[in-house]
Parts: sequence; C-alpha cells; structure tokens
Amino acid sequence: MERKVTLKRTSLYVSCANPANMNQAVFYNEDCLVYDLEDSVPPAEKDAARLLAYHTVRYHRPEGKYVLIRVNGIYSEFFEDDLEAAVRARPDALRIPKVESAAEVRMVSEKIGKIETAAGIEVGSTELWCNIESYLGVLRAEEIAKADPRVVALALGAEDFTASMKATRTKKGIEILYARNAILLACRNAGIDALDAVFSDINDEEGLREDTMLAKNLGFDGKTVVHPCQIDIVNSYFTPSEKEIRYALRVLAVVEEGRKMNKGAVTLDGSMIDKPMELRARTTLAQAAAAGIKIGGLGSDNK
Amino acid sequence: MIINKAGRELPDKIGNYIVKPYQGPWDVEPCNKPVYSNRKPSVTPRTGSKVVKTLKEAVLASGLRDGMTISFHHCFREGDQIIGQVLTAIRELGIKNLKFAPSAVVNIKEPSLVDFVRDGTITSIEASGIRGELGDSVMKGLMDVPVILRPHGARPRAIEAGELSIDVAFIGASAADEYGNATGQIGPNACGSLGYSFIDATTADKVVIVTDYLVDFPCVPVSISQQYVDIVAVVDKIGDSAKIGAGAARMTRNPRDLLIAERSAALIAASRLFRNGFSFQTGAGAISIACTNYLARRMEEKDIKASFALGGMTANIVDMYRKGQVRVLECSQSFDSVAARAMAEETNIIEIDNALYSNPHSKGSLLDKLNFGVLGALEVDTDFNINILTGSGGEMLGGLGGGPDVAAGANISILTIPIVRGRTPSVVKNVFTLCTPGETIAAVVTEAGIALNPKHKYYDELKEDLEKTNLKIVTIEKLRQIAESMTGVPKPIECTDKVVCIVEYRDGTVIDVIRQIKQ
Amino acid sequence: MQIIKPAIAGTTESSDVQIMVSPNNGNGIEINLNSIVKAQFGDSILETVKEVLEAFDVKDAIIQIQDKGAFDWVIRARMQAALCRGSETPFDWKQVE
Repeated sequence: MERKVTLKRTSLYVSCANPANMNQAVFYNEDCLVYDLEDSVPPAEKDAARLLAYHTVRYHRPEGKYVLIRVNGIYSEFFEDDLEAAVRARPDALRIPKVESAAEVRMVSEKIGKIETAAGIEVGSTELWCNIESYLGVLRAEEIAKADPRVVALALGAEDFTASMKATRTKKGIEILYARNAILLACRNAGIDALDAVFSDINDEEGLREDTMLAKNLGFDGKTVVHPCQIDIVNSYFTPSEKEIRYALRVLAVVEEGRKMNKGAVTLDGSMIDKPMELRARTTLAQAAAAGIKIGGLGSDNK
Repeated sequence: MIINKAGRELPDKIGNYIVKPYQGPWDVEPCNKPVYSNRKPSVTPRTGSKVVKTLKEAVLASGLRDGMTISFHHCFREGDQIIGQVLTAIRELGIKNLKFAPSAVVNIKEPSLVDFVRDGTITSIEASGIRGELGDSVMKGLMDVPVILRPHGARPRAIEAGELSIDVAFIGASAADEYGNATGQIGPNACGSLGYSFIDATTADKVVIVTDYLVDFPCVPVSISQQYVDIVAVVDKIGDSAKIGAGAARMTRNPRDLLIAERSAALIAASRLFRNGFSFQTGAGAISIACTNYLARRMEEKDIKASFALGGMTANIVDMYRKGQVRVLECSQSFDSVAARAMAEETNIIEIDNALYSNPHSKGSLLDKLNFGVLGALEVDTDFNINILTGSGGEMLGGLGGGPDVAAGANISILTIPIVRGRTPSVVKNVFTLCTPGETIAAVVTEAGIALNPKHKYYDELKEDLEKTNLKIVTIEKLRQIAESMTGVPKPIECTDKVVCIVEYRDGTVIDVIRQIKQ
Repeated sequence: MQIIKPAIAGTTESSDVQIMVSPNNGNGIEINLNSIVKAQFGDSILETVKEVLEAFDVKDAIIQIQDKGAFDWVIRARMQAALCRGSETPFDWKQVE
C-alpha cells in the first residue's frame, strides 16, 4: 500500500504499568508514542498492563501521534496474548524486541494477519518496527529490513546489544558504531526508517546533543528517547537545513512535473529520482513543517 | 435576585451587606470622598520607648475591645507565628466578636484559626482567601456573617473608601527599634517586603509592631516609620524561617510544568510588546518560576532588557536583575530568603506598597504599566472566567491574591494551567466560583495547546503575532473537550441558599458568591 | 465467572486505582469505594465497576476500591484484571473487538 510520510524524529516509551505517565505522555512533542508492555512492566503486572494498553490505545489514543505498542519478546510466555491484545487495540505499529531473523518477522507478520482477519481489521495495516538488540540482529539487519512489507523501521537497542557483544556501553558510543551503520545500511537498502538508540543519562544535556548530532550526521531518521525532557532537544536536530529543504522542494517539483507529463522516470541533476527519494523529500518538508519553518520564504523559526 | 455582568446570580442583600453587582472590569468610578483613616494625631510617651514585653500587654495598651477590627499581614506566609500568638493573647483577655481582616490568605494550623471562630473570639472575616480547616468549615456554614474576600488591590481601596475600618493593626517585623521603626528586610526571620501592611500602618487607629529582633535606634532600612507606630511588642519568635521562605526554589523537573512554562515564555517572546523596556510579572508557582527562566533565556538571545518586574520576587528574578536584564524590581512580596535580603543590598530592588502595586482607585498603580502578567488558577471556563478559590469537590483551596488585579492591569494576561489535575478537569463549562472575569484574560496556556480570548482587547494583535510561530493555537472549547474526554463530566457540587462568602472584585462590586455546601 | 480467591490489581499511585476482589460466600456483590474524587465521580466509578461485573457475569464478590483519581478506562482495565486474577481465568482476547 501507499506509504505515507510519518515523522519518527522522536519516539517516547511509556510504561503501561504507570497510568499517570500514560496520561501525560500524549501532550509532549514526541512524534511517536510507544506504549510498553516489555522492559518497564514487571512480570506479575503483564496482564494488567496489557488491559491498560488495550483500553488506552483502542479508545483514547492521542490525536496527531504515531502510536505503537511494544510487546514482549517472541519467545516469552506473554507474546501470544500481547499480540492478541495489541493488534486489536489498532495502533499504527507493533514494536518487536530483539528481532534476529527474517523468519521471525514473517512468523510475527503471519500471526498478526490472522488476528487482523479475526478482528475485522484491514489485513496488512498494522506496521512493524523491529528492535535490533543483539549481534545476530545486527548481522541479519539486511534481511530483517526487507523481510515483510509491514516492516517500516529498525531501531537499535544499544544496552542489550552491547551486553550481547560483551562490550562496555559508553556515552561516546564507539562500541555501537558498527551496529548503527549496519542498521542504516539495511534500512536504506530496504527504503525504511532507521532509529538510533536511547541516550540514557537524562541529566546530561550536552551529551544528549552530541549523541543526537552524531545520529543525525550518520543518517538516522530519529531517536528513541527515554524521558520527556529529551524530546524537544532531539526534535531540533532532525530539523532540516535550508539547503536540504530547497533540495526537497526541487525533487518534488520534478516529480510533479513528471506526473503531469506522464513521464515514467524523472531525474534531477543527472540522478534518478525514485520512490524512496520522493518519500525522503516529503519527509524533509514534513520535518520542516513540524519545526515551524514556513516554506515559501524561509520563516522565523530557523534553528 | 440580580444577575451581574459576569452572569452570576446574586441576592441583592446578604444580611446587612448591600450587594453592588459587578458591572465590568473598568466601569466603576472611585468613591468621591477624601480617603478614610482611623489614624489620629497623638502624643507619644516621653520615655522614648514604646516597647512592651508581652503580647497581652500590647493588646491591653492598644485599647482593643469587643467588636473591633484587627489586621495582620501575610508576608511570613506559611511560617507565620504572629497571628496565632496574638489571637491567643486576645482570647486569654476574654475579648470577643472581632472582625479579622488580614491582608491575604492565612492557613495557620497551630493554633487552628477555626478554634478562634468557634469560641467567638472572631465573628467575621475579610481577607483574600481562607484555606485549611477554617476554609472548609466556612464552606460548611460555620460563620453567621459571610466572609468577604477581596483581591490585593481592593483592600487599600476598600480601606480608603471607608468600607473596611481597622482598629488595631498587628504588624510583624523581622527587625524593629524601640520607637517603632520596623522592617522585614533584616533580622533572623527576614521576610522581605512588608508592602501589604503599609495601608494598615497609615490608617489603623492603633498600630502594634511585633518583632523578635530589637535593633539599636534608629532601625534602617525603615519600611514602617515610627510616626505610625503606637506599641512595639517583643516576642521570642515571630516565625519559622524555614517556612517563611527558605533558599531559592529549585526549578521544577515536572515535564508537564516545563512544557507549559516554555510555551508561555514563547508566547511572550512572540508578542510585539516584547521589546526593550518591557515589563512583566510572573509570581512564585512552579510554572511561573520556570517561565521566568525561559523568558530570561529569550531575553538574552534577543538582547532585550526589561524596565521592571513587578509583584512577588523570587531568587531567579533577582539573578536577572544582577545580570542587568531588568532595571528595577518593584517588590510587593519576597518569596524566598534571597529575594528578601536582596532589597537591602541592591539599589533598584525596591519595596513597594501593595496599594502602589495594585489599587485600582488611585492616581496610578504599577499594574497600569504592566505588559505581561502570568497567572495561575484552579479552573477556567469557556468564557475565560477564572476560579482561584474553590476546588471541584467544594473545598476552599486558594486565595484571590493579585490575580484579578494583574489580569485587569496587564496588557497581556496569561493563565498557565494544566488541562487536568488528576481526575479534575481544569477547563470547564462554568467555573464554580468566578473570581477573575474572562474579558481580562488574553490567553490560556496548557500542555494541550494555547487558547486566545476573542473578547480580549489585545486578541487581534496577539493572534497575528502568534501566527508567525509554530505554537499550537486551539479554541477554549477544544481544551474543554480534551479535558472532559479524559476525566469524564464531574457531578456538580450541590449548595444550599446560604451565602458563606462574598467574592468582591477590585472595585468593591460583587462578582460572585459562594454558597454553603450541602452535606 | 466465579471469584475463588482474593486478588488485587492496580496501585495507590496518583491517577491509578487499586482494586481488591474477594469471594463473598454467596452474599452477592458488595462494593466499598474510597476515592479522592468521590463527590465528583463516585457515581460514575460505581457504574463502571458494576458494568464490568455484569459483563463478566460475576454475581458474588467483595470489591474494595482505593481510587486516586484514575480515569474511567483505567478503572475498567484494573477491574477486568482484578476479576481475572481473582477467578484464575486468563482474559479472553479473542472475544474482544
């Protein structure tokens, strides 16, 4: 189906064991809100959290946000019930922890399809984000990214990844550099979004800025955040520059022209403009709009 | 029954009180008589000292008798220990039927004020709010005579118009000399500005300074001059300095409050009135302090300096002054010890009379020159009316403070409020108690968006200015819907016909009444 | 559904509700409500609780509620969780729309 532009500059986890935070999270400026059933919910509370997630997402989901539910691991005792509840809640996507192979993705996709059918939901409408959290996931990122049309993003889970590598997690992040690049390569190859890992020290604003700048420079489309105080800062780094905006405008102009003249393929500055590039251009303009930049005489809020 | 201009139903008389219904924020003329005062020329004792050793002596010397009116200021806030001690002394002397007229809200727990009402020491109250046990008891019908609540600016107005007549003013001071010169700026329990007590000092029949720190004559600085003082009572302790206002309040870390604060600062910075020489008032709540900090940042970015900051001062505003961002701090109250002591140290941090700050019927209050005012509230309705007194369960939670004054005076008044507090919606169809009329509110800033008031005189300009930003502007009705979709619709509070509180507006008209809660 | 043992769901944190269900030995439904917003929402809370009891066909239970201002759907979710725990039957997601 036609992939629409959805900004993924920031995604905020909120625990489904914490109604107060769930209530508050809808008001911040994150693009994506992830209702979590996994790490932030103790085992004894998984059943209650599932019910809370369902009621909230099904009947009271926030307007204007991309909503996800992170289910428990594929091999956990909670997975089957999580899927039933999560799909029926009708979020935009499910976020799957520790994905390690294309086969796993296909298996999950099939299960989701069955639930969609049973619940009268358009089959294929539930998207998937795969968390890459282990060395196997990094090694197989390429096949995971292309495994299924539902997959629209890969996200790096740095803490678990470094544990699986027996590495030490640092703020500068050299130990996750390869993983970051591997995920980016896989995502670009598959034409999907890549999300960088969490920067967990919420008191270190300078460190967050450096880490986010690096993510942006590497090519990430956004970053997972762990606390609302990180949202505005991270969003600001995924605001396109004037140069990027002008280029995006030009891309869309030739695409539009090509449509009018019924041309099959269009080029700009000698390069082919394909569907993923068109989508990137639309995303750039959406990021600009979200940051308050007025196009057509670059407006007041340039950061 | 009358319906006033704010749409509230009022009886035309409540006991002996004749109701003058609210007619609009700026519509009432001042009373056309010379200002009223109880102060009489007097002869001072040749002993050169007005000091007495006990409060009982002070009360006796003041000539206080049954049925008189006594007053106190609220500058010691939650740390006040004077009111309790003085009332205890009064009770021990068997004096009864007094009108208690403090300058603002009081929530004294030990001894509880309710006890002085229950035993007949106090039979009527005029204040800006009454919290705690006393407030709840009043809501349930404790007092025969309704409590009169006024905003800050209305108190000096009412006194000068002869509506409130003070017999004995008990003025707490953190330092005083033997002849009555007094201040709140120095001493172990310094509270800062005593601005709320100036009107009492100059118009009461008898003035008693209560202090725990006697200094050599003459006391400097002088907030209250000896020429107004009859008696100086020295006690062991006037207050709990920790509760009076400890060190500077740390900026909140609550992400919701920070979001609202940031948006408010952004709104101010987007306005065309945000330019060199502008003025602002923010106040002491968590959101206000954060808003001030964000505003300071924007002032630095744009190299804009303020001519003055007004009202209650906090350490971070003092910082702005010291960095040269604000030329003058006009201080009616000091909310922490940094602000309290800064007045004595800095030339342009000045103590101001509350009347200078907010009296609507004077030759000019500083509010007339205020560009931006940031307010808090318990509820706001879809007409932008504000409730700063009563909670959704019928409890007395707040106080009028200077809210109605700031809203009427500032060019752009901004209400900062979270859209819900727990399961209580903050944006409703009709506020339970109407304290500040909607037409004086320019904008409501919540975490769910900003609503501008189409009936406010600066609406067109503000709308134009904000369209150039990416701030989320929604209708107030949309905010109400969002709140309601989260909390559900609360059951309305049921009241009897008995009026327990009269809520006066700045000009002495009645903007609303509070009726007894049905049990 | 039969409540066969006491069970709790939820917490007493702000904006949450703690619901304890226990068997009532054939004495029907007894509801004990403590809420910080009882005056404003007490009726609404009881209505929601009774709706869930009916939907689950529970005829016999003691329900103790400590509410700290939870929204309606939180109360519903906690109620469902408590009943499932108290009856030791897992929630049947396949029946849900």
